[in-house]
Amino acid sequence: MATEILMPALSPTMEEGTLAKWLVKEGDTVNSGDIMAEIETDKATMEFEAVDEGIVGKILIAEGTEGVKVNTPIAVLVEEGESADDYQASGGASSDDSAPAEAPASDAPAAAAPEKATAQPAKVLEPDYPEGTEMVQTTVREAIRDAMAEEMRRDENVFLMGEEVAEYQGAYKVSQGLLDEFGSKRVIDTPITEHGFAGIATGAAFGGLRPIVEFMTFNFAMQAIDQIINSAAKTLYMSGGQMGAPMVFRGPNGAAARVGAQHSQDYAAWYMQIPGLKVAMPYSAADAKGLMKTAIRDNNPVIFLENEILYGRAFDVPKLDDYTVPFGKARIWREGSDVTIVSFGIGMQYALEAADKLAEDGVSAEVIDLRTLRPMDLPTVMESVKKTNRLVTVEEGWPQGSVGSYIASEVQREVFDYLDAPVMVCTGKDVPMPYAANLERHALITTDEVIEAVKQVTYR
Amino acid sequence: MSDDFPPLSLNVPEPGCRPGDTPDFSDFEIPRAGAVKRPPVDVEPDEIREMAFSIVRVLNKDGEAVGDWAGALTPEELREGLRHMLTLRAFDARMLIAQRQGKTSFYMQHLGEEAISCAFATALQPGDMNFPTYRQAGLLIAGGYPMLTMMNQIYSNAEDPLHGRQLPIMYSSKEHGFFSISGNLGTQFVQSVGWAMASAISGDTKIATGWIGDGSTAESDFHSAMVFASTYDAPVVLNIVNNQWAISTFQGIARGGVGTFAARGHGFGIASIRVDGNDYLAVHAVAKWAAERARRGYGPTLIEHVTYRAGGHSTSDDPSAYRDKNEAAAWPLGDPIERLKKHLITIGEWSEERHKQAEAEVMDTVIATQKKAEAIGTLGDGQAPSPRDMFEGVYETMPPHLIRQRQEAGY
Repeated sequence: MATEILMPALSPTMEEGTLAKWLVKEGDTVNSGDIMAEIETDKATMEFEAVDEGIVGKILIAEGTEGVKVNTPIAVLVEEGESADDYQASGGASSDDSAPAEAPASDAPAAAAPEKATAQPAKVLEPDYPEGTEMVQTTVREAIRDAMAEEMRRDENVFLMGEEVAEYQGAYKVSQGLLDEFGSKRVIDTPITEHGFAGIATGAAFGGLRPIVEFMTFNFAMQAIDQIINSAAKTLYMSGGQMGAPMVFRGPNGAAARVGAQHSQDYAAWYMQIPGLKVAMPYSAADAKGLMKTAIRDNNPVIFLENEILYGRAFDVPKLDDYTVPFGKARIWREGSDVTIVSFGIGMQYALEAADKLAEDGVSAEVIDLRTLRPMDLPTVMESVKKTNRLVTVEEGWPQGSVGSYIASEVQREVFDYLDAPVMVCTGKDVPMPYAANLERHALITTDEVIEAVKQVTYR
Repeated sequence: MSDDFPPLSLNVPEPGCRPGDTPDFSDFEIPRAGAVKRPPVDVEPDEIREMAFSIVRVLNKDGEAVGDWAGALTPEELREGLRHMLTLRAFDARMLIAQRQGKTSFYMQHLGEEAISCAFATALQPGDMNFPTYRQAGLLIAGGYPMLTMMNQIYSNAEDPLHGRQLPIMYSSKEHGFFSISGNLGTQFVQSVGWAMASAISGDTKIATGWIGDGSTAESDFHSAMVFASTYDAPVVLNIVNNQWAISTFQGIARGGVGTFAARGHGFGIASIRVDGNDYLAVHAVAKWAAERARRGYGPTLIEHVTYRAGGHSTSDDPSAYRDKNEAAAWPLGDPIERLKKHLITIGEWSEERHKQAEAEVMDTVIATQKKAEAIGTLGDGQAPSPRDMFEGVYETMPPHLIRQRQEAGY
């Protein structure tokens, strides 16, 4: 019986890739383990091995094809005596057969999510760029890279250091091309010690340079946190204003997919608590770019919280020579009158999805992206609550001491009389992140939970 | 006078070979097998300083076991060791393919490093505790941990012993002396010293072993571990697996331009030995020596296992981006399975036919076990851990708010 060979997912977050090269041709016999093709993603090139024995009956996707979605049939294996025509003949029937085969992939939240963000603001309210600016679809990954490259061209004191940032172009390929352009003096692969290189970078900042420190993930930055908080954040204060640390600590934060308890934590609430730090946590590519440029120019240490799942998403980014986004200014993504939903980073995905679904039920939600958590644009939130009288906050982090609980406390103090319902704080569950796909889904905040919270505050 | 100084510049070490270059290990000094003497287990660290710069090797190029360190294992034990390594290699091959099929999300293989954990396991005693990294599954395979249980965890199915909470390959078995692997590098090197000190404080006879990669020796945990092991003469064997590459970062970045990783031990006054990590007999003999030294209260040993990571770092890695494809084949210490096989044939205890047969048997066992595991479930298919499990184990006793959350989730 003919077997379809499907485009493999080489990592949990891979959604599509380029079929770079076929190493077999039609008519070849393959054995389990033989290398059949080379697949390229924006992260890496991988060899793809045969699982079953058989004869390559038909190649369905030509080499060089870009954007091949995971689980698309790319070839057909036949047994001896069969021909690829048999596959054609059974092609109609096999569309049903393939449904269960695709089921596992649909468990991966990243695979189910569209690569292009569906929710662009209908009209950007108070844009950070002149009206009529040309827009270019750019991924968050490219936007961060472009921002770093532009600032490194602008100021030779800016440099990037971290594990795998140079030769390997970043564990998540965020520093693509930077080593080629700026050389090994400004794009530096470090030994594996977050505590060590965070301290080195803090020292370099004290010495007059402007380091960008990449953490492979913010989970690994926990051993560097003494340098970040006790030294980078507090030295300006402790030295009577003589010496500060103009630097950026950046990297993916929060849950990706299938990376378990030690690699999935959201640190937004932790860093937001520290005087002396600034904290940015962008959702869109435009904000990632504009905020990163602002972060690099800032004379204070900035924590820049990125997200692995968002890296591959494309958004409109204004085509400007020098596009910056100010800190402490929230963006209203969607205007509404019945409820205010406040979020930041990947939480915006749940907020916007919930707002779309609520609109179908006639609930008009205003969605605010905080963009930076310190400084935090609470006035924008307050103004919105005065209008909608209801507030729901959304984040992936844990409930106790969450970002939302701080917002709730400020809002009830400032605009108590405007509230028609208690503030609802939507967070992840109060457990370390489990690995298994079904448990992971339960542990994270979901769009349905956001909708449920909105229904509670609107008494529906 | 200050005008005389030229501007300073920064040194960034580079590996000898990048993709497209011809791999050249001619600078890599390899002593003859049998050249390094075996000291008594109570030797003073100062008396064996040169062992941190040489390499303990037992198997010579003709497949003979030579020198003081030879003779620790019977032919039957050697055949058993060969089978452990073949099993680990077959297990890796099948699980790597399973990851490509989407049956698990992540895998890390041992290709080229099988001898280290397999030979080490048989030098320990029940009750000893390993604090391994992610490339020592041979400790479990050779220690008799059920392969089906390993696969159930890799597939994160309903029979996963860790209930879907931990990453695939990050095994955990108290009973088999395999402490839960931490994804954060280096943390467990220092914990192994703490565990060993606890054994000494309790007046027990158990020892601990710590494991770390060449790259992670840069972590503070490595240095803290060495301080405490040295100060308190902790009954611990500290292992550095120098497989030349920390993902894309070559070992020179953590080591610097001079010395060896083993020589790091000298500053702490710890007995420090380098061993040929691709020589099953040498690894076993050195492990046994160090374990006895620890158990008799003579103090810690630092062992640098010199080897080569022939495969990718993990299923998310593409080594061709940073090292030449021919580098693994050019690695001068050869393949651990081939070397032990050749030795057994040389001493008349094995043959090509028996080897082929053993490979086939091992693969049959792995495939049969894999079928059993897949019948239970794979990532995203079949029987999964219950969402009830998600709320267990956060605390020893579940607090009321988690009971409430679990009930709200419908479990």
